Amino acid sequence: MDFPLLSILIFFPVIGSAALLCVPRERPAAIKALALGISCVEFLLTLPIWLGFDKTTHLMQFVERRSWIPVWNVQYNLGIDGISVLFVLLAAFITVLCVLVSWSAITVKLKEFYVALLLLQGAMVGVFCALDFVLFYLFWEAMLIPMFLLIGVWGGPNRVYAAVKFFLYTLVGSLLMLVGILVLYFASGRTFDILVLAGQSYPITMQLFLFWAFFAAFAVKVPMWPVHTWLPDAHTEAPTAGSVVLAGILIKMGAYGFLRFSMPILPDATRMMMEPMIVLSLIGIVYGAMVCLSQTDVKRLIAYSSVSHMGFVTLGLFAMNTQGVEGGILQMINHGVVTGALFLGIGMVYERTHTRKIADYGGLASIMPKFSGFFLLFTMAAVGLPGTNGFVGEFLILLGGFGARPWAAVFAASGVILGAWYMLWLYQRVFFNQVNTAWSTLSDLNGREVMIMVPMALLILAIGFFPNILLSFMHVSVAHLLERVMGGSAAVAGITAGVNPFGG
Amino acid sequence: MPGYLLLLPLAPFAAFLFTLLFGKRLGHGAHWPPIIAVLVSLGCALLAMADVLQGRRVNADLYTWISSGTFQVSIGFLLDELTAVMLIVVTSVSTLVHIYSVGYMHHESGYYRFFSYLSLFTFSMLMLVLGNNFLQLFFGWEAVGLSSYLLIGFYYEKESAADAGKKAFIVNRFGDFGFSLGVILVFFTFGTLHYAPVFANAAAIAGRTFDIFGMSFDLPTLIALLLFCGAIGKSAQIPLHVWLPDAMEGPTPVSALIHAATMVTAGVFLVARCNPLFALSATALNVVTVVGAVTCLFAATIALTQVDIKRVVAYSTVSQLAYMFIACGVGAYSAGIFHLFTHAYFKALLFLGCGSVIHAMGNEQDVRRMGGLKKYLPITYWTFFLATVSISGIPGLAGFFSKDEILAMAFASPIAAGKFAWAIGTLVAGITAFYSFRLFFLIFHGTFRGTEEQRHHLHESPPTMTVPLMVLAVGAVASGWLGIPEILGGGAHWGHFLAPVLGHPEVHLSHATEWLLMAGSVGVGLLGLALAYFMYVRQPAVAEGIRLGFPGVHRWLFNKYYVDELYSAALVQPAIKLSRETLLRIVDGRLIEGVVNGLPAAIGQLGEKMRRLQNGSVHHYLTTMTIGAVVVLVWLATR
Repeated sequence: MDFPLLSILIFFPVIGSAALLCVPRERPAAIKALALGISCVEFLLTLPIWLGFDKTTHLMQFVERRSWIPVWNVQYNLGIDGISVLFVLLAAFITVLCVLVSWSAITVKLKEFYVALLLLQGAMVGVFCALDFVLFYLFWEAMLIPMFLLIGVWGGPNRVYAAVKFFLYTLVGSLLMLVGILVLYFASGRTFDILVLAGQSYPITMQLFLFWAFFAAFAVKVPMWPVHTWLPDAHTEAPTAGSVVLAGILIKMGAYGFLRFSMPILPDATRMMMEPMIVLSLIGIVYGAMVCLSQTDVKRLIAYSSVSHMGFVTLGLFAMNTQGVEGGILQMINHGVVTGALFLGIGMVYERTHTRKIADYGGLASIMPKFSGFFLLFTMAAVGLPGTNGFVGEFLILLGGFGARPWAAVFAASGVILGAWYMLWLYQRVFFNQVNTAWSTLSDLNGREVMIMVPMALLILAIGFFPNILLSFMHVSVAHLLERVMGGSAAVAGITAGVNPFGG
Repeated sequence: MPGYLLLLPLAPFAAFLFTLLFGKRLGHGAHWPPIIAVLVSLGCALLAMADVLQGRRVNADLYTWISSGTFQVSIGFLLDELTAVMLIVVTSVSTLVHIYSVGYMHHESGYYRFFSYLSLFTFSMLMLVLGNNFLQLFFGWEAVGLSSYLLIGFYYEKESAADAGKKAFIVNRFGDFGFSLGVILVFFTFGTLHYAPVFANAAAIAGRTFDIFGMSFDLPTLIALLLFCGAIGKSAQIPLHVWLPDAMEGPTPVSALIHAATMVTAGVFLVARCNPLFALSATALNVVTVVGAVTCLFAATIALTQVDIKRVVAYSTVSQLAYMFIACGVGAYSAGIFHLFTHAYFKALLFLGCGSVIHAMGNEQDVRRMGGLKKYLPITYWTFFLATVSISGIPGLAGFFSKDEILAMAFASPIAAGKFAWAIGTLVAGITAFYSFRLFFLIFHGTFRGTEEQRHHLHESPPTMTVPLMVLAVGAVASGWLGIPEILGGGAHWGHFLAPVLGHPEVHLSHATEWLLMAGSVGVGLLGLALAYFMYVRQPAVAEGIRLGFPGVHRWLFNKYYVDELYSAALVQPAIKLSRETLLRIVDGRLIEGVVNGLPAAIGQLGEKMRRLQNGSVHHYLTTMTIGAVVVLVWLATR
């Protein structure tokens, strides 16, 4: 394709943020309008991807190749396949909502806020499109700065601690990945091209070393247990838009990293590390859910629930069969939508009450019926009620997990019980029970807020009833990936029906 | 696929959306969309039944729901004899409850909300029974759970109601845990989740095993028992029965529809639907039978002492559902569905009768403040009487035929637990008659024990409520006539009708035995009735005397054997404590955060120490250099 669509998607928000800098500070309405305009145009720019994406090939599409630093053979390579395409779409979509939800919530340093948000968006799209390791690393690290600022400048009272913790945690992980990238570079005959790297084979000891080097970067980002403790702090302190981006896109990059790098480049190590990764995922599922039971802060609870939900995602990926990987990718999207929606909702109510303590709430269902209705739907999606998107992802992952290691599905399914427990308990304490009279005059959602909630609600139901809209994007790419990881054609079909994987 | 099958669930779904979004503007007309929709569904259900009676069956997919590799599952509809019966039960009771609610919920503020939830429930339940595969069943299964959650917690500002809704949902999730694993195992065994191919190939898996956790399990037994976990949750059997009595926090019409006639019977439906799988495992069938028998007795004994009229009926429901499981366990699935059918009418009638009483008493539910209501509520009195007679198994009414069928089948069953279940079931028939008539006498006979104000307020309910009562009374009397056994001159039409789906148990009882069994169960029923009459009408002091004479027994029964307290102490509190004390404070707080916060601190300290090395003193540098050089030399030399 000659039209550099992906480059435009990456750099349009960056240029837009430069334009934003030119708007005078005294005109907040214009700043907001321009930011919204930029994010909307960006979203519309993804339309050609929706319409033009070829679902029948695993090859990279919308590819752009340019030489960048010839001395080191660094290239400016972009492209998307069935694994990354949905994240590009999601990133463009979520940013629009983030702009909208910050409309009245952000009052200080307005311009800088939207600039940071748009720069973040550009870097996020870049991460999902980059096919050169240096380019990828650049976007990966570039993301850190605006996110660090979003938390550290516009965050809650403890924002500096949270921002520094977030930064150091991810930086340490990324540095190990950088070492890994360099090792690969020399081992592969000096290339950073991800597709080329994925076509070679490396000695197993090296693969194992690289696997853990990459693991350091990706596991922190997911976050997997036990490197998850930055997430509750970051989520709690971040402004609403920050939490939404964090939950919606940023933490997906860890799982994406496993899919794009660890699995295809290091297939033998990935296979060997299957069980440890499954076990870590299971610990994450149960641990995250258990810890939710004693949370007193709404945002912290949702943050820990993310640890549990992302445990499902990594379980699916490392089940390494069709249902597991497709369910894992789908659940990444689902988690972005559902947890994003939950954070959006919490942001809206926080704007009215200025408290995150669960105990301060009660009886909101009477005062804010529309809001309660939306939040109930999001809660149900979070607990994986059939008919919502959460169910489809979770069920496919359980299927995949069972296909890989039956005991994994048994433990993972217990997370489904705990999930209902903490989420419904939260819902009860916020929306049911006696009305807290302090809030009896709160207004229900306004038109702008309903406009944010409706697309999330529709997405949840649309994916819940018609998941094939998204699953069809990934079939071919996932099959190709599994062929690479598992080798041989038998594995490609994933779980082979009728063939009995157990005794008898 | 005939269009009415699509219309069946979609009409209530449309009404749900419409009423939810625009119901507020309809004010007290908000019941119209749901009522029209449920009437449409009822009409479609009758068409479906007519088609089935003419031998037509449908198994058609609407669209592919989830597709991933070899995993393919559709939204699709299966119409056969079993579905047709369920459709009739669901739509008929639902219609009557909708109409009844117009009167009962008249003064409630969330009027439109209530009716939109009723529509949501009807839709979900119809999707559950209409599905042609396990995953759609699971969809309906969870969706009725959601409706139930919303309706139990309808008065959500009351903490007990909000608690009860949450409890129902979570306890059911324990059952779903097993159920979903069962569904997954079905997929891995058969390569599909669609009923037709699974049941057609069921016999082929007999004898196969499945290894997990270092143990080897019989595959059919494992599948059946995992699926049965779901049934235990939904149908409130031991040990997951605890949610149903609390669910009485919901408005009474909801108790009648969801927590008596339809949703709670979904577990029985599930076992009956999966009969080709259960048939493969004697172990599973025995477990089903024993769980049924134990629950049957357990719940009935609790019902003896409860004073909240809805709780008495709720425990009675648990006990009656247990009869249905006994039937399924002994392989008499059609007898189980028969009891499901008759029970739907007489139990819905009991609940709606309770609602009428509560309505008249100004929301009073304590039976100790009632009494002598017969003359104030004549229609409620007579219809409640018929329902009570029916549940007590007095010959001629619906409950008699279905219960008797179950007991006979249990007695004749070749499975090990059959006779045990028969003995318990016969005993419980007596207990049932006793507690049912106890309730009846305490409400309607004797003298009024409430306040003057309540007495002043007493009145018969409006026609929107009494007409459904009378219609249900017809069902409570006559629904059993569809299955009059041959020995009583009937044609046993019920069993023959369902036989293509549910099979015919191979039992041979002599007429003499059948007569004896019947006489036995009727005998204990009459005994229970007589005892209740004696204790609560003739000599009320006796009842009080027994209560005071056995305080320990009474306390145990009144407190429901302290199962809730046990769960709280053994499960809920420890989990929260583990979360707070161990995971959050120690693992997260000390271990992980200790490392995370400690590492930078340690690096800082290290730097502090390293800084001291560079102190500018030359002889320090020299010493270090010398030591270093020696080490390197030694290493080179020994290498």
